[in-house]
Amino acid sequence: MQNEHVDEDDVTARAADDAPPEGTVNASERRRVTRRGLLAAAAASAGGAVLARLPAQGPASRAAPAAPTPAQAAVPPGAPVYDLAAVPVDPTRAPGPPTSALGARSPFEAPARTPVGVVTGSSLTPLHLLTGTVTPSDLVFERHHAGVALIDPARYELMIHGLVDRPTVFTLDDLRHLPSVSRTVFLECSGNGRGAFRAPKREMTAQAVDGLTSSGEWTGVPLATLFREVGVHRGASWFRAEGGDAARLSRSVPIEKGMADALIAYAYNGEPLRPSNGYPARLLLPGYEGNANIKWVRRIELADGPGMFRDETSKYTDPLANGTARQFSFVLDAKSIITAPTYPSRVTPNAWTQISGLAWSGRGKIVRVDVSVDAGKSWMVAELQDPVQSMAHTRFRLPWQWDGRETVLMSRAVDETGYTQPTVAEFRAKRGIGTDYHFNYIRGWVVEPDGQVVFGGNA
Amino acid sequence: MTRAHLKVVTTLALVAFAFAACDRGPLAERADRRQRTLGEGRLPPDVQVAPAPPTHFGVGRAATPAEVAAWDIDVGPDGKGLPPGSGTVAQGAAVFAAKCAVCHGPAGEGQVGAPPAGSAAAPKLVGRDPREGFPFGQDPKLVKTVGNYWPYATTVFDYVRRTMPLTAPGSLTNNEVYAVVAFLLAQNEVIERTAVMNSTTLPAVRMPARDKFVVDDRKGGPGFK
Repeated sequence: MQNEHVDEDDVTARAADDAPPEGTVNASERRRVTRRGLLAAAAASAGGAVLARLPAQGPASRAAPAAPTPAQAAVPPGAPVYDLAAVPVDPTRAPGPPTSALGARSPFEAPARTPVGVVTGSSLTPLHLLTGTVTPSDLVFERHHAGVALIDPARYELMIHGLVDRPTVFTLDDLRHLPSVSRTVFLECSGNGRGAFRAPKREMTAQAVDGLTSSGEWTGVPLATLFREVGVHRGASWFRAEGGDAARLSRSVPIEKGMADALIAYAYNGEPLRPSNGYPARLLLPGYEGNANIKWVRRIELADGPGMFRDETSKYTDPLANGTARQFSFVLDAKSIITAPTYPSRVTPNAWTQISGLAWSGRGKIVRVDVSVDAGKSWMVAELQDPVQSMAHTRFRLPWQWDGRETVLMSRAVDETGYTQPTVAEFRAKRGIGTDYHFNYIRGWVVEPDGQVVFGGNA
Repeated sequence: MTRAHLKVVTTLALVAFAFAACDRGPLAERADRRQRTLGEGRLPPDVQVAPAPPTHFGVGRAATPAEVAAWDIDVGPDGKGLPPGSGTVAQGAAVFAAKCAVCHGPAGEGQVGAPPAGSAAAPKLVGRDPREGFPFGQDPKLVKTVGNYWPYATTVFDYVRRTMPLTAPGSLTNNEVYAVVAFLLAQNEVIERTAVMNSTTLPAVRMPARDKFVVDDRKGGPGFK
């Protein structure tokens, strides 16, 4: 690292590099993890009941509110810690552990994000360990620029001002009382895939390659409703959103997007947002690059032009091969990734296996995903999981029998506009090998002669 | 026509105009659609379509000018939002040495030594290479700096004031921010070392990369751009 320049945004690349080579914990690790958890739980509840306790409060650095909020007054018991060592050989012979206030994963499963960075950081979703289309709340990727903002919902305020008739402050309660909508959409970091593009490695998991994307059901107030509350002037053409974190991260967005389908989201997968994803409220711009979806949103200014903030000028712009850089390239074009079989999985010759993965497009619905089992020489149409939702992760699947010879698996998504995922050659030709964002070219997974699947890089 | 008549007519005209011009919004439009598809005898007699919600719900409270001023720290590319104050390159050198160099290096050359555990190294801020062209797409080894990539000098003020120093954002005075911006622009050979930055001079600074940015021409459909 000495004297070597490392860009702040390279945390995404490094996160990919640092991803654990094994996607699942091995037996001894599991035992260690669960034993440690059990000890902690036992210490927390002297009676020996297997219940861990959550920390009672957040950091006490801020002035405490006058009276505790209900959430602070009633700290719920934690999730049970199921001891791997206590798993019986025959679970039909004795009653198991009791019901519990919170759910917990089986001790045999330990999906985890890979976090990198202290103040400016990211953590990647374990795509290779997940099925279906919805990312569990605690596995949604993170990317933040000045740590995770911890915000007391009672003190939260969203200010909307600028070119409006009525500059207004909304509390969280105000937002929750307005008519809400729920919508399943993906969020993807603009830099997703940078590590795999710059420095592909054989031992990369799907998480390491592309883990800065997640998808699930968001609930919130249409920004259009709030715009009507404040009376947006006809001259307003952009809105500038600012986060309530220590980066006061700011982005400018065309007003048409705000009127069309933007949300001030306060819930994900049926419960309040998690702090790392913007609690208590964030901007959600379906189909737009993650960075523009301002977390912890606290201020929206209606204006007659963009603010030209750092994250829309010196960052999150696309240098092109022709010596220019594309600005305000919000929409994420169609993309896909095979999540199984991928590293560190192995396949067995002449046995049926399932090729499965995720496809998404910021421009609408995925209409087709093609899968190649011969390094792109020929393609087959994969099955898409219904319902295919616009701007959401779409699961594709293809049953497959490996013939035992070395090959490369690939996937290629097509969206409803007719856009087809480019090859890496097309991508390099237009964007250049130095480009920084929106890595949506076709990736390959090599099946080696012994059945080991490894990342095929930019084949 | 009496004065009262005139008033009534005027009021009616205004109401009619307001109604015609009134865009009732997506919620009311959805209610209208429900009325069309479910109303008119298609529902059991004791069920009716809910009335359309209002155009305005009247939630929230007025933001006072003082509240807006306290939070609104945006500085636009035209300099709008720049506060009073000023800073020289020499003053900026002192501020930079005291508060920025520990991460960004004494001359803005980037992290010197290992960054704090788990953190990315602080980026290089100074550098004009390449002097010709804008080949960032072709060359992944090129390092983007204020001097070779940032299109607006105002953005440097906005960003430094909002986020720096990383461990104590918002702690610099406006004069300190002007001074640090002056130092960075001078280090990048964008302004003279005798220049003073204030709300008039800063927006007038023309950055080397100003004309290198193009609008997004992607629109979906066949073909890769």
